[in-house]
Amino acid sequence: MAILQGKKAIVIGDRDGIPGPAIELCIQSAGADIAFSATECFV
Amino acid sequence: MDLENQKRVKDIAEQFGPENVVVVLGAAEGEAAGLAAETVTAGDPTYAGPLAGVSLGLLVYHICEPEMKEEVDADIYDEQVSMMEMVLDVDEIISEMTAIREQYTKY
Repeated sequence: MAILQGKKAIVIGDRDGIPGPAIELCIQSAGADIAFSATECFV
Repeated sequence: MDLENQKRVKDIAEQFGPENVVVVLGAAEGEAAGLAAETVTAGDPTYAGPLAGVSLGLLVYHICEPEMKEEVDADIYDEQVSMMEMVLDVDEIISEMTAIREQYTKY
């Protein structure tokens, strides 16, 4: 069953890991709708 | 997780219904991923932000988990994530995320 298709996605990226915009592009390709996206810095 | 981001997560879960929301993380380490995942499921473990004591139980994944890779366009994943994935401890991230989902995710 699809996890992302048709869902509202909250993206919490990481400046030192995978940044928000990269995750957005990925999960949009799986049919998710981006509700909010941020890139955090854990340092 | 940033306090401002906690507030946005809470608002979005209320607006769309928690069963319709998925959180996708990009944290560099398993521990950070686990903390963020705990925040959007069980509540803020530091009791500092708007999600303190609020158990949203949201479905949460790290973008490098196999469940996400299966659904995402492979070319886009390669272009955007695979380079960083090589330097992350994906096994540790998967183990942290799976433990949190099993314990706290309601959807």
